[in-house]
Amino acid sequence: MTAPVIRSSSLAAAAAPRLSAELCLRIHDLMLRTRVLEDRLITMYKQGDGYFWIGGPGEEAFSVPLGLLIDKGQGLDHDYLHLHYRSGGTLLAMGADPLDSLRQMRSTVADPYSRGRNFAGHFSVRKWNVVPVTSPIAVQFSIAIGTARAQRAGSGAKGITIVQGGDAGTAEGDFATALVWSSRKGSELPLLMLITNNRYGISTPYAGQHGYDQIAERGKAFGMPTAVVDGNDPEASYAALRRAIDYVRTERKPYLLEAMVSRLRGHSSASGANLVKSEVDCLERFEQTLEERGLLTRAHMDGLRETYTEELALAHKQVRSEPLPAPSSVWDHIFSDKNLVRGEV
Amino acid sequence: MATMIQAIRMALHIGESRLGVTDIFGQDVGPPLGGVFTGTQGLSTAWNTPLDERGVVGTAIGLALAGQRPVAEIQFCDYAFNTVDLLKLAGNTCWCSGGDWNVPLVLMTPVGAGIRGSIYHSHSFDATATRLPGWKIVMPSTPRDAYGLMLSAIVDPNPVMYLMPKALLRVRSEPGEVIPGAPEDDKLLSSMIDAPLGDRTTWRARWPELDVLYVPIGQARIARPGTSVTVLTYGRNVAMCVAAAGELAAEGIDAEIVDLRSLHPYDWDAITQSVRKTHRVVCVNEDTEITNFGEHLIRRVTEELFYELYAPPRLVAGGHLPGIGLADTLETASVPQKDGIRTVIAEVARHEP
Repeated sequence: MTAPVIRSSSLAAAAAPRLSAELCLRIHDLMLRTRVLEDRLITMYKQGDGYFWIGGPGEEAFSVPLGLLIDKGQGLDHDYLHLHYRSGGTLLAMGADPLDSLRQMRSTVADPYSRGRNFAGHFSVRKWNVVPVTSPIAVQFSIAIGTARAQRAGSGAKGITIVQGGDAGTAEGDFATALVWSSRKGSELPLLMLITNNRYGISTPYAGQHGYDQIAERGKAFGMPTAVVDGNDPEASYAALRRAIDYVRTERKPYLLEAMVSRLRGHSSASGANLVKSEVDCLERFEQTLEERGLLTRAHMDGLRETYTEELALAHKQVRSEPLPAPSSVWDHIFSDKNLVRGEV
Repeated sequence: MATMIQAIRMALHIGESRLGVTDIFGQDVGPPLGGVFTGTQGLSTAWNTPLDERGVVGTAIGLALAGQRPVAEIQFCDYAFNTVDLLKLAGNTCWCSGGDWNVPLVLMTPVGAGIRGSIYHSHSFDATATRLPGWKIVMPSTPRDAYGLMLSAIVDPNPVMYLMPKALLRVRSEPGEVIPGAPEDDKLLSSMIDAPLGDRTTWRARWPELDVLYVPIGQARIARPGTSVTVLTYGRNVAMCVAAAGELAAEGIDAEIVDLRSLHPYDWDAITQSVRKTHRVVCVNEDTEITNFGEHLIRRVTEELFYELYAPPRLVAGGHLPGIGLADTLETASVPQKDGIRTVIAEVARHEP
C-alpha cells in the first residue's frame, strides 16, 4: 500500500503568501495550546482520568486557521460548523476554554459540551453555531445540508455552513449526499466541505479504500470548485481556507477543500495514542519556520510550552475534584420542553 | 367531510401560513405531484428532494438546528430503515448536548398494510419508532385527530414522528368529527384544495378559513366507551376494533376501545383508568409481534396493575414475518383483521380464572 502521490503543483501551498508576523504568532500560539491540550487529554486517559481519547494532533495547522476565519456567532447570519472529533484547534481558535475539554474528558458535571455524557472532542456550542460533534462517521454531511439550506441564496442569511470530515468517512453515503444536494442547479447551497486527509481509516490505508488520488477530485463531477492544500502548513491552509470561505460566502455555492494532514497519535486511544514518528509534525515544522524568520526563539517557544503545560496540569488537578453528574440527571434533557418520560406535565 | 389526507394537507397549510413552517419536503412532495398520497398538494413551501432518504432526514435535522420548522416526508416508512442512525441523532441531540440544542422537526411517513402494497409498501414502524428515545410519536386514526396532531407536532420543540396509517388516508370524517373551518361538503372541499388531473401549472389551492385545533401529544381518546374489556390500539386498527366491538355488543360484551393517538409519550393515566374499570386488556397493532409496542404496554399493565386483572392480557399483532405478501390471502393472514380481533376480545372478556 502506498500513500497517494501529492504533486506539489496541485497544492495551494506552492502559491501561499506569507502571513503577517502578528498572525503567524497568533496561529503558532493556538497550535501550541491545542497540542498541549491534546497531550494533557492523552495523559488524563493514561492516568485513568478518562475512558477514551480521540483528537487532532497533526491537524492543528489546518484546524486553527479555520477557527480564526469563520464568522462566529449564533443564528443564520453566522457560520454553522459541523465538525468532527479532531477539531480541538478550531474550538480553541474560536475562544473555547481548554479547561472545558478536560471536563469533558473527565465526564464531570461542569462539562459544557455534553454534561458528562460524551467522549472527548465531542464539542457542542450553540452560541457559536457549533452543532454537536457525533461519533457516527460522516453523518454531519447529511445534516449540514439543512443548515446550508436555511442560509441559501435568497434567504437573506449572511452565514455559510462548514462541514468537516476525514478521508475515510467520504466512503459513507452521507458524503455523496452532500455533493448531490449542495450542487443542484438553481438550488446550490452555501456549503464548504472540508476533508482532512490523514491517509488512514483507523488502520486501513488510503489506497485500500479509494481508487482515486485525491478526495477533491470527486467534487469536479458536481461542477464545484475544489482544491487540495498542504494541511501541515498553516499559511497555506489559511490562504486556501480564506479563498474557499470567500467563494462560498459570496457565491452561495458549494466548495470542496481537501487538506493533507498528519495523524500524530494514531486513530484514538484504542491504538495506544502513541507518537507516530514517521508523520510530519506541523507544529515542529512551523516552529522551525518561525525561528528561521527570526520571529521566535527556541528558548521562547520552549518556555511557552512549559507554561501552557503547567497551566493544564493545574487544570487537570482541578477537574479531578469536580463532581460527576448526579445519577438522576440521566433523565434531564430528553425533551427540550417538559420531561414527559419522567412524568412532568 | 374531509379525508385524513385532506386534513393533513390543511394542517400543513396552517403550519406554513401561521405556525412558521419553512420547508415541507421529500421525494415527490413538491409540485407537480404534491405527494404520492396527495398530502402536500398546493402548499407554498413544498419542494422535491433527490431520491435520498438520508438526505431528507439529515436536511430536516439541519434545518431544525438552524431554528427552522421543517416537515419532512419519507414516502413510505419501509424506506426509512436506512436512516435509523440519523433518527437516533435527531432523538439524542438535545440529550447529548445537555440541553444546548433542540431539534424541532416533524417527520411524516405512511405506515402499515391495507392497500395491497406488497413487501415494501406495507411495513409498520411503531415498534421501531418507540425504540428511538427523544422522539415524540403520534399516529392518528381520524381526520380530525390527523389535523390536530399535525398542528401539535409542528409547534412541538422536539422531533415528532407522525405515522400516517395509509389504509385510512382516504377515509372521511364521521359526523361530529369537525375540522374547524373546513367545509363539510365533500365536493366543495375537493374543488378548493385537490389538485386537478392533468396540467397543474396554473392551479392554486383555495384554502378554507381554518381554525387552529391542537390535539395534545400524549393524550388518548376513547374511541368507544365500554365496561367489559380494554382494547389498546392506534391507527388503522382503531376502526377495526370499534367494528368488532359493535358486533360483540350483541353478545353482551361491551369493549372499550382506547385510541392511544400518541405512542410516546403515551397516556398511562387513560390506560390505567380504563383497566381499573374493565380489568381485562387486549393490545392490537399491525407491527410484527416480537418486541412489539403492545408487549411493552402489557408488561407495564402486568407490573403495575396486576391485581386489577381478571384475565391474562393478550396481544393481537402482525406475524413475525419477513414481509407482507401481496396476494389478498397473504396480506390478510399477516396482520390483524376484524374477525381475529373480535375473537380475541371475546376470549378475554369471557375468560374465567
